Amino acid sequence: MSEKLRITNNKFIDQTSRISFKFDGKKLYGFKGDTLASALLANNIHLVGRSFKYHRPRGIMTCGSEEPNAIVQVGNDPSMTEPNTRATEIELYEGLEASSQNCWPSVNFDIGAVNNFFSPILPAAFYYKTFMWPGNFWKVYEYFIRKSAGLGKSPTKPDGDIYDHKYLHCDVLVIGGGISGIMAAKTAAKNNLDTVLIEDKNTLGGTTLFQQNECFKINNSYSNEWLMKEIQSLSSLKNLKIKTRTSLAAYHSYNYLLARENLTDHLDIDQKKGKIRQRLWKIRAKKVIIATGAMERPLIFNNNDRPGIILSSSIKKYIDFYGVKCGQKISLFTNNDSAYETAISLSKSGVNVNSVVDIRDKTNSLIVKQAEKLGIKIHWKSTVVNTNGYKKINSIEIIKLSDDGTSVIGKKINEKCDCLGISGGWTPRVHLFTQSGGKLKFRDKDNIFIPDKSDLDQLSIGSCNGDFELDDVINNSVNSTNKFLNVNNNDYENLKIISSKEINKKNIWLLPSDKPLGKTKPFLDFQNDSTAKDIKLALREGFKSIEHVKRYTTTGMATDQGKLSNMHALGIIAETAGVKMGELGTTTFRPPYTPLTFGAIVGRNVGEFFDIKRRTPIHEWHVENKAKFENVGQWKRAWYYPKGNENMHEAVQRESKAARDSVGILDASTLGKIDIQGTDASEFLNRVYTNAWSKLEIGKCRYGLMLNEDGMVYDDGVTTRLGENHYIMTTTTGGAANVLSKLEDYLQTEWPELDVYLTSVTDHYATVSVCGPNSKKIVSKVIPNLDLSDDKFKHMSFKNALINNIKCRVMRISFTGELSYEINVQSSYGKSVWEKCFEAGKEFGITPYGTETMHLLRAEKGFIITGQDTDGTMTPVDLQMDWIISKKKYDFIGKRSLYRSDTIREDRKQLVGLLTDDPKEVLEEGAQIVADINKKPVEMLGHVTSSYFSPNLNKSIALAVVKNGKKLKGKKMLVPMKNKNINVTITDTIFLDKENRRLNA
Amino acid sequence: MFLINCPYCGERDQSEFSAGGEAHIVRPKQPTELSDDQWAEFLFMRKNIKGVQFERWNHIHGCRKWFNMVRDTSNDKIHTVYKMGEKPPIK
Ligand SMILES: [Zn+2]
Repeated sequence: MSEKLRITNNKFIDQTSRISFKFDGKKLYGFKGDTLASALLANNIHLVGRSFKYHRPRGIMTCGSEEPNAIVQVGNDPSMTEPNTRATEIELYEGLEASSQNCWPSVNFDIGAVNNFFSPILPAAFYYKTFMWPGNFWKVYEYFIRKSAGLGKSPTKPDGDIYDHKYLHCDVLVIGGGISGIMAAKTAAKNNLDTVLIEDKNTLGGTTLFQQNECFKINNSYSNEWLMKEIQSLSSLKNLKIKTRTSLAAYHSYNYLLARENLTDHLDIDQKKGKIRQRLWKIRAKKVIIATGAMERPLIFNNNDRPGIILSSSIKKYIDFYGVKCGQKISLFTNNDSAYETAISLSKSGVNVNSVVDIRDKTNSLIVKQAEKLGIKIHWKSTVVNTNGYKKINSIEIIKLSDDGTSVIGKKINEKCDCLGISGGWTPRVHLFTQSGGKLKFRDKDNIFIPDKSDLDQLSIGSCNGDFELDDVINNSVNSTNKFLNVNNNDYENLKIISSKEINKKNIWLLPSDKPLGKTKPFLDFQNDSTAKDIKLALREGFKSIEHVKRYTTTGMATDQGKLSNMHALGIIAETAGVKMGELGTTTFRPPYTPLTFGAIVGRNVGEFFDIKRRTPIHEWHVENKAKFENVGQWKRAWYYPKGNENMHEAVQRESKAARDSVGILDASTLGKIDIQGTDASEFLNRVYTNAWSKLEIGKCRYGLMLNEDGMVYDDGVTTRLGENHYIMTTTTGGAANVLSKLEDYLQTEWPELDVYLTSVTDHYATVSVCGPNSKKIVSKVIPNLDLSDDKFKHMSFKNALINNIKCRVMRISFTGELSYEINVQSSYGKSVWEKCFEAGKEFGITPYGTETMHLLRAEKGFIITGQDTDGTMTPVDLQMDWIISKKKYDFIGKRSLYRSDTIREDRKQLVGLLTDDPKEVLEEGAQIVADINKKPVEMLGHVTSSYFSPNLNKSIALAVVKNGKKLKGKKMLVPMKNKNINVTITDTIFLDKENRRLNA
Repeated sequence: MFLINCPYCGERDQSEFSAGGEAHIVRPKQPTELSDDQWAEFLFMRKNIKGVQFERWNHIHGCRKWFNMVRDTSNDKIHTVYKMGEKPPIK
């Protein structure tokens, strides 16, 4: 460590606890309490990165979240490494490893830096304009751009850290722990309001914490000493919660806010393990007080981006808070009074202040007079026209300004320096206010946007509200807080305040130079490398809106979201276009205020908690029997059960054949089940299904098709009448929740007069489906008391039965065209009933089959699957299911839409069967169908929706939707694939057992 | 993220609710007697107001009740909520 850059009498940094860390592979030392940036500066390291476009050397420029240059990669571990973190916000810890980004191969030797010499040909939108053509060269460009300009590396392994989410409710949330935030929080808490104060730094106090200057006093104490006592007094307040290291990320409507608390980022590597790294607080506050302070602005002049050029207030924080000198011979350049505070602090700490260059005419405020008393040289009405030094600034060039400030006059003065502090005034941090929907107003006297109107119960106080001087900050905060909280008990009403007042104000957005603008590099957005020239170019090329200029020049679009550059961009646009800034409006600030880790956003919702996995009561059996599973919505369904080395095709062929030749068994528990009761249950079904239900006898089942009001098929399933006023409806597995919601909607809003109650019972019942010519024999073994004879237990009917005294419902229904029984039993008995059936079926070679075989079997019979053969554009008529539309019913959901001009078109896409000329050729689902491949453009007539090789028919079969398909039966079509055209013939949709003989086999 | 005052449960987070489009569109009692245009008016045409709008909401992850809401779409201010079947408050 370069000891001469540290001052020793410092109360904030523990200089007894030395910490080792690595930057770009080099071992360095800092102290507990340092940020990575302060430790680097103490080691005389300014150069920390390269700029995005020109790869110019860039150094640490700020001390906070607005840092545009010191963007580093933290950590080498492939699962823990984190890109795009700001060195100014990383608290130093033992074992920290960080490296520069955006420089290849190294920060000191950077290949991309040749861009700097070519910069005349790299104007705004260069990337857009050049790399767009020729199109197939993009791959080459992309490699080059990514390699030389990539902003950090993503981790390649899963994040091993733990993240958390928590809710928080309070009366008052105070954002920002500076002087005004502390006063507001204390006032709220003392008035019995449940108060939370959050601060993104590790200590409260803001910049006042280290403001020890004769010009700023409260009740005869230095402002910092007074504030420290206030901070100490907070701990006695019971209803005040203080959260430091907590950054407010987003402020949404209804005072809903997200804040990220850092819990372990500052801990030594070996203390991080096993602890929650970050917590995302979801806050709902009755009232919100924003006290987020202000950001210092840079000044825009030629070569204002060299390492060693730092915001003046940051230089002050480095010396007064961290005890770090940013240089030994520091020059300052300002348009306002605040740089003099820095000059005084530096001077008192023994740093040589060369001079203050001030663009204003001589002014006599308290603080300026104090600086003069200390012998600090001031260049009034002057500007810096250039800086020199490649990897670090080594001198500045100063010239007098003309009276109107648009040009420079007189002789150039060269001043040697190793650091330049710049101050362009202050920008209130109104980001959160605007995120919450608040509207800003422009204040002409100091060119700032301040909060105006908001619809929420919120208040902005302190410098984020445009109060920059100590007396204004305190007096205005006290008054507005009292009013906002409707309280009188405030400790701060009669404070005696001394504060230097700024008398003279002057602002020039783009400072003039002795060279023409074209020969200068006045940087605006340091991270994205856009200059004032780029803004002017965009305006010349016709861009007017700030949002467009921003995108064209990429100003304000880097990871810092233009915190430092937005105001200057606006100012230069306003100046060039000759409009008032207030009329120009600002760009929108979007959350998050500072980048959030993905970990904080997802919290615990990772891995097995990412989504719910629903398993049937029989799931364990499927696992034991080596089933492969497929996801159907959240359900894990058995897909097929490979035997030995069987692949999926082989397993499905075997299962499908067994179900038709002997018997198969399927777990159908995932089907949606809705219990429907009430005196109007039959009428209700009449209204929601296309077919008639009033005459369905008790104990009978019926297939129903449900439409949307637009006439399109929505869901289907079998509903059984269990009693006079009691039905059980089944829905598709994926549609269950939506069908219930839709039915509830109609019941509550359109037909409240109906006496009907709906209950989801999907999870309450397990469903075992036994299917095939031998199914009857198995069910009779499992339920010996049940008469299964065809005349006693007909197809499409249901019986209550007992298995070992356990009640079950047996439905004789079929989705395969085979004789089948579905046994519904309370979930907890599902697995034992399944095992009983399986045991009973062993002598018949009972074969468990999964969803794939079920799909194949139903396709052989031409049964649709909603969502596979339909896509929200198919009517029952399109599906050739006219038979299910009741002609007698006056109304049902979707009925009127079935004869709209569009739905009665005869050339709609309609469901048909497809047979390939080569019976071995299986079509791909989704493949297009054409009639004439030679007529260009080739007309796509439809597509394949379901396709299988049927082992029972020993040929390939498919379902498809084809334009005008009904009339094309027997016609030849082509299915063009990558390497060949497949010849197909349009057929009927039923491929097997058209006469339904198997149902009664 | 709104804070919605369910008429049955009280104030709850927006994440418990789902929006159901424009309110007070009554399903015609005699759809068969409507022309294509009249039916299309019911089926497809919805207002998209900047300002005060009447909306349907469902407390889907709560009591599952549908209710109506008067909301200003320009600033998301919820003026009032009321039960299904109740008369809309006059603007
Ligand atoms: Zn509710």
